[in-house]
Amino acid sequence: MTQLQGIAASSGIAIAKVYRLEAPDLSFDKKKVENPEQEISRLQEALEISKTELEKIKAHTKKSLGDEHAEIFSAHLLVLSDPELIQPIEDKIKNDNVNAEAALSETANMFIDMFKNMDNEYMRERAADINDVTKRVMAHLLGVTFPDPALINEEVVIVADDLTPSDTAQLNKQFVKGFTTDIGGRTSHSAIMARSLEIPAVVGTKEITSKAGKDIMIIVDGINGDVIVDPSEEQISTYQQKQEDFEKQKQEWAKLKDEPTLTSEGEHVELVANIGTPEDVEGVLNNGGEGVGLYRTEFLYMGKSQLPTEEEQFEAYSSVLKQMGEQPVVVRTLDIGGDKELSYLDLPEEMNPFLGYRAIRLCLERDDIFRVQLRALLRASVHGNLKIMFPMIATLDEFRQAKAILEEERANLKSEGYDIADGIEIGMMVEIPATAVIARQFAKEVDFFSIGTNDLIQYTMAADRMNERVSYLYQPYNPAILNLINNVIEAAHAEGKWAGMCGEMAGDEIAIPILLGLGLDEFSMSATSILPARTQIKDLSKKELAAYKDEILSMGTAEEVVAFIKEKTQMK
Amino acid sequence: MVEKTFTITSADGVHARPATVLVQNAGKYESDINLHYKEKSVNLKSIMGIMSLGIPANAEVKITAEGSDEQEAIDHLETTMKNESLGE
Repeated sequence: MTQLQGIAASSGIAIAKVYRLEAPDLSFDKKKVENPEQEISRLQEALEISKTELEKIKAHTKKSLGDEHAEIFSAHLLVLSDPELIQPIEDKIKNDNVNAEAALSETANMFIDMFKNMDNEYMRERAADINDVTKRVMAHLLGVTFPDPALINEEVVIVADDLTPSDTAQLNKQFVKGFTTDIGGRTSHSAIMARSLEIPAVVGTKEITSKAGKDIMIIVDGINGDVIVDPSEEQISTYQQKQEDFEKQKQEWAKLKDEPTLTSEGEHVELVANIGTPEDVEGVLNNGGEGVGLYRTEFLYMGKSQLPTEEEQFEAYSSVLKQMGEQPVVVRTLDIGGDKELSYLDLPEEMNPFLGYRAIRLCLERDDIFRVQLRALLRASVHGNLKIMFPMIATLDEFRQAKAILEEERANLKSEGYDIADGIEIGMMVEIPATAVIARQFAKEVDFFSIGTNDLIQYTMAADRMNERVSYLYQPYNPAILNLINNVIEAAHAEGKWAGMCGEMAGDEIAIPILLGLGLDEFSMSATSILPARTQIKDLSKKELAAYKDEILSMGTAEEVVAFIKEKTQMK
Repeated sequence: MVEKTFTITSADGVHARPATVLVQNAGKYESDINLHYKEKSVNLKSIMGIMSLGIPANAEVKITAEGSDEQEAIDHLETTMKNESLGE
């Protein structure tokens, strides 16, 4: 038995055997062969099996993530039938009397090098496609298993160094009971995906790949962040009980799915969800979300070779708006740059990416990119209840400029004959302390605020949230943060506007009573946090919590705040 | 042999998705089908061949087909070009 502690990334308990997701050993010896025909038929066979697998992956991806994500596999399939690739491999086997492995590898490498050396980023990425596809064929020639999360057909827990978004996207919930990784944090890509897929996950264990061998039993506790390799019978039954309790709890939560979120005195609070793609909307609806409080549009721009077109964006935004019907959808305009880079934009590397050229700063300079997004959003507005917010606003002037560009595009579209919804609210993210401090001045010009706590905390505490050595400074309950938040909420209310919060803090059980007392209007969180939050709020009195406001805001430390809230709400 | 000339109207040139559909459709015919761009010519049944050309917007390309079903092939590909808003 080995026990490791990691970061609880997605709640729930998984008990199953280990499935190691790792790169297979594809080394081979180049050999002379007597019978080239036999090598060619081995090659054909490996190609056929690979095609069958890719068809399955494509079908699965289409079902779970939609047509657009599945398209890449159509291209992969064509590579495997490409006469310009297959013929030279067969010729090589025949002419040089070499084994299929050598002929495949040499021919594929020639193409990969050719694509890699092209002066176009898109073509260079195609080199990676050819590499992926030929690796699969090679694995079949060698009789090595090529790990495919989409093809798993027994109950397992995935163990990997890290999971890429596409690995995570391929996971089949029916068989993949959970996953655990060496690296990653609560806000890393794989963690966010795990929560939207509702698969228990523990990330950042540092060394799980060196502790958990293939087929050994493993327990992943996504509630506390524990991972137990090779557990005893006793531990298994303890965790089975815990799993059952969690399922029961989930059923309790599910009862509130179609209920409004009301405090104990019956006051309504808006609980909405954070999403990244139109496919996430299903999770929002299944978890009783009352809208979308943060639609991160970056995913439309990432993992691509070029900027998404206006049409592509229009379709994505319309899809989200239509699915949500009359419920509000707050779309955050492009927040890229800094640590989230786009290869095709060729942004220079920066010393302090979080303090650098990103989000609205980039959009105001590259208004060619910004305008395309705004046009797509305005056109989509007729399909639902759209609200738009700008990220990383630091000055009033930035907000005014962004809004002016939006108004220009609105006028352009109207003269082109497009319909645009009336009264689209235009707001901003509050992430930079400068804006929280003079929120009163901003409140006169914006329609709403949405407080982005992850960044607000790191900027206020001057602590890089990626740096583990200063992670103790990531203090959501620090009175400095709470005073800033209070400032924003008061400013909004003084001008008759609303204030929301997106970011991990909005779904946190200690933060919720504090925020409720401060008068926050909208809480935007992971879809899976909505029902637990609704359950918690049902028993909280906003009036009572509001009475503690001054006392909390004048406290000196985060610890005092936490102890006070726990005592007042009788939390364990 | 039959041939047709097209101007690429898609703003992104011949990119992955329409290229995939073109190659899939070309593969349905017996005839030898080639795509010519500038001085180069590639097998239209080869996805890697097409993508290696990196054909941009507004480019002039020529498709040729030669074989028993050449006319049907070229008609089908012309429709594909239009349906994919790729060229005309």
